[in-house]
Amino acid sequence: MGLVIDGEPATALAGDTLLTAVLTNGRQLRVSEFGDGARAGFCLMGACQDCWVYTEDGDRLRACSTPVAEGMRIVTKGATWPRLG
Amino acid sequence: MAAPRVVIVGAGPAGVRAAERLVAAGLRPTVVDEGMRAGGQIYRQQPPGFTRRPEELYGTEAGRAVAVHGAFAALAGRIDYLPETLAWNIEPGLLHVARDGVARKLPYDAVILATGATDRLLPVPGWTRAGVYSLGGSQVSLKAQACAIGARVAFLGTGPLLYLVASQYLKAGVEVAAVLDTSPASARFKALPLMASRPGLLVKGAALMWKLRGVPILRGVTPLAIDGDDSGVTGIRVKDAGGREHRFAADAVAMGWHLRPETQLADLAGVPFEHDALSGLWMAQVQADGRTAVKGVYLAGDGARILGADGAEIAGTLAATSVLADHGIQVPVAEVVELIGRRAVMDRFRRGLLRAFPWPGHLAAAVPDDTLLCRCEAITAGELRRSASDLGAPEVNRAKALTRVGMGRCQGRYCGPAGQEILAAARGVALPEVGRLRGQAPVKPLSIATVVPLGVEDA
Repeated sequence: MGLVIDGEPATALAGDTLLTAVLTNGRQLRVSEFGDGARAGFCLMGACQDCWVYTEDGDRLRACSTPVAEGMRIVTKGATWPRLG
Repeated sequence: MAAPRVVIVGAGPAGVRAAERLVAAGLRPTVVDEGMRAGGQIYRQQPPGFTRRPEELYGTEAGRAVAVHGAFAALAGRIDYLPETLAWNIEPGLLHVARDGVARKLPYDAVILATGATDRLLPVPGWTRAGVYSLGGSQVSLKAQACAIGARVAFLGTGPLLYLVASQYLKAGVEVAAVLDTSPASARFKALPLMASRPGLLVKGAALMWKLRGVPILRGVTPLAIDGDDSGVTGIRVKDAGGREHRFAADAVAMGWHLRPETQLADLAGVPFEHDALSGLWMAQVQADGRTAVKGVYLAGDGARILGADGAEIAGTLAATSVLADHGIQVPVAEVVELIGRRAVMDRFRRGLLRAFPWPGHLAAAVPDDTLLCRCEAITAGELRRSASDLGAPEVNRAKALTRVGMGRCQGRYCGPAGQEILAAARGVALPEVGRLRGQAPVKPLSIATVVPLGVEDA
């Protein structure tokens, strides 16, 4: 499957979570909003919320429980302002 | 009497067995599952298209996993199954759920909360680095994604899961750098009388240790730090029982100290809590048959008491029999007596495990001031201590208001147990005196747009 991570084309396997897709393309998933560095998820079961990434449109996704889909466009560095509506 | 409307939250072993028992009595329960497919975390199913056999996925528990999945599949058409649905609040007679950004309310006469558990964590300097995962999460990664968290993994914590996951990684071809257990070796022998209640499990434990031969195993360790650089983990340092420092190179660390029950919904439903001195955890008050002090609210599985997957199956069936009996539907007395007897054996073993692998509250209390306690908002242990020393916070909810520890997006799941120890030690009081973080709705983050729109459809 093809997706775009931070503007760069990447590939993933059907059945991958978004977290797996990002981490098979690099060592980190996102950057802590509180200035303490790189994160790569933690609980992997939807409880810690330490794997949030955003779509280019600003929708928030919990990477550990979101299946990757063809053509996804993901932002992991410096979140887009969240879409509120 | 009209058939009671029963909602079950959770589709792990407890939820599945509860649904099965209710269907057997002619009811049509609704099952709310945050997962995509039934099984819960322990019997998590791999995505469609993955072809590993149950024996590869679940090891010695393959038979049980297949049985639970089969039991759930057999309920198709006789239950209302709501996958990928979060139960995020509860009020008398109404469960609030959300799926795909759409909220709705499910009316119930009885609700069985089979919400499971998550890993209990202890902050260690460096535990927020990329490449550090919870033990349970490390297992989920193998089971559900066929991925290891690293190529050379160190395991830190205590409890049977520590050794189990390490052996599963070894079997998957991953290099296990070390198994670092905070429990002293001597604790295991003291716990033998209680653990003898399930000799089969002791044999499985011995087999597990045989699989791990050749792997460095240290007991009675004090974690010092998880080292790393900008891109992730490079190693882990501990002090052994004799005070000698050891460093193990690793590119990932899995850590966990048993499990903690997911009790937020029980809390919001008004179920009273009690402090369990053996585990150091606050638990919802629940009878062996799943009944609580709140009419219509029942608890089952690890969300009630950490009895393990097979104990959860028993507790699920038991809670269902209680629901039936409370609605005038006959349940054979012998069935309940037998289930309660089997549950008691599980509970005895649970107490043995907690003695063999004790929660190291003293290590939590001694976490260095500059260590991040709150992963969500990067708040240090020292800041929590100062809320006690400088600001006089008498208990954890006040400390949360002052420091935001427990207010972040995990809502205290990962900082809560250690935070209690830190605050109690800083105040010089016994652990129960600093209380517990109260559950708040939504129990997991929701988009504001899910909750706010007017005219939310009632089910």
